[in-house]
Amino acid sequence: MNAPDKLKRTANGLDLERIRADFPILKLKVNGKPLVFLDNAASSQMPQPVIDRWVRYQTTQHSNIHRAVHHLSEVATAEYEVARKKLQAFINAKEDREVIFTTGTTDAINLVAHGYGRKFIGRDDEIVLTTLEHHSNIVPWQMVAEEKGAKIRVVPVNDRGELIHEEYLKLLGPRTKIVCVGHVSNALGTINPIREMIQAAHAKGIPVLVDGAQAVPHMKLDMQALDCDFYAFSGHKMFGPTGIGILYGKAAWLEKMNPFKGGGDMILSVTFEKTTYNVPPHKFEAGTPPIAAAITLGAAADYMGSIGIDRIHAHETDLLDYATDQVNRLPGVRIIGTAEKKAAVVSFVVDGVHPHDVGTLLNEDGVAVRTGHHCAQPVMQRFGIPATSRASFAFYNTHSEVDALVAGIKRVQKVFK
Amino acid sequence: MADSTQLYQEVILDHNKKPRNWGVLADATHKAEGHNPLCGDHLTLTLKLSNKIVDAIHFQGESCAICKASASMMTTAVKGKSSDDAEQMIREFRDMATGQMDSTAPNHLGRLTVFAGVRDLPTRVKCAILPWHTLHAALNAEASVTTEADADPMNAPVGNA
Repeated sequence: MNAPDKLKRTANGLDLERIRADFPILKLKVNGKPLVFLDNAASSQMPQPVIDRWVRYQTTQHSNIHRAVHHLSEVATAEYEVARKKLQAFINAKEDREVIFTTGTTDAINLVAHGYGRKFIGRDDEIVLTTLEHHSNIVPWQMVAEEKGAKIRVVPVNDRGELIHEEYLKLLGPRTKIVCVGHVSNALGTINPIREMIQAAHAKGIPVLVDGAQAVPHMKLDMQALDCDFYAFSGHKMFGPTGIGILYGKAAWLEKMNPFKGGGDMILSVTFEKTTYNVPPHKFEAGTPPIAAAITLGAAADYMGSIGIDRIHAHETDLLDYATDQVNRLPGVRIIGTAEKKAAVVSFVVDGVHPHDVGTLLNEDGVAVRTGHHCAQPVMQRFGIPATSRASFAFYNTHSEVDALVAGIKRVQKVFK
Repeated sequence: MADSTQLYQEVILDHNKKPRNWGVLADATHKAEGHNPLCGDHLTLTLKLSNKIVDAIHFQGESCAICKASASMMTTAVKGKSSDDAEQMIREFRDMATGQMDSTAPNHLGRLTVFAGVRDLPTRVKCAILPWHTLHAALNAEASVTTEADADPMNAPVGNA
């Protein structure tokens, strides 16, 4: 194993030593071995400046927002709205009212399924999904389809795990009311050609929701260039806290949609005869939101900006190429998902060894991977396997950690020889 | 967290590689399906009971090594035993795997105590218990079981896989 020693500084200018020092959890030992955290697609770790932002909010700024006239309420409200503007800039949305704080990607998709789906989808209408979707971009739509008598249409994938574009185009018809597609497959890492997919849908007047949970930590996002109608993502996969996420929605849709949850803050006036809803984004933020988490997410966006998304992308591409090459060299190990365009995810199966046994043995070496169906059972069914082991990388991962993974897989094969 | 090589002992690896009593009994009197939706483990258990004695028992399915070895060793352990004895072992195995029984305490599990290590791997407890869970269902004439049925007394009180 001859990994280039890139811990100090990568070819593309990332100071990995300094970056890793920002993440206290990376100093942990698991089973006496240094933690090798390769489960970033499930949830990423939080750097100290982001943790500090949470602490600063709770120690000096906390109050409820959009309510009282006292000092802390004004501070908290201002910081919460500053965070919204940071996220707006992060995804290059046209207006800040197009950025809705949710509790995560699942919540954001459910918001659209409810607010758009239940209002605009009717009997015999069609909802286009893809084989690659996470359950969170399947189940909310099935619920709408069942309630409304609508149909689900599914874009198939080829053997590399890429959506078959011609088949997608065939599914766009007069009854198609929405296309819901993941930007990046969580199970395989495939980067879908969402720009082309959005253009094709828009040519027929069909809106598009993009599940961006797996894209946000890896690539630059530009809502105005993408021109999607909705884009959903989670804070905890982009080095922020759990319990917070974003739904971007075009203002024109948000104005037309039904509110999702009813409660305080989403209203202008309430009488028992009639309630008048507030305007976006407040219309979709009923109740006290996760204020600390939202403000901390703003800090996570700042942190990613300080590293530089282009440099993150370059380093992760490097890691992906190296990991793919090293894993491919192992006889009896097969990578599932070999799309031409991939995020830093390596999903694999070891001949004769169930992924759960792989995961348990890797854990003994301190290597954390995800094993299972990755909440994407249709993907597993497509490839005829019950589960995979998945190593997913973040910018703080190193080439030596890839080596630890590969050494761990070799040991698994030795135990099961 | 226990050292999992303690779990992947030779006897477990051997039963995983060469499962005993593999297949489906043509003349089964009792049958059950076991399924763990979280990891996809699935097994079919068929057995022939005469005068409350397990005359023959087979299993077949797709699962991780822990589940397969547990099933294989279970079939060899309960073959020739009465259904009451089998139920006793089911209880003891469950208690051992969930840490409610010390494997050094007197029990009827014999070599099955190699599975005691799963108690320290909460995500794997269900893998080890599924075959026993399924045997319990077969003996009690339930058509199929899942590790996710809350009402099932065999449901292991552990985290998700």
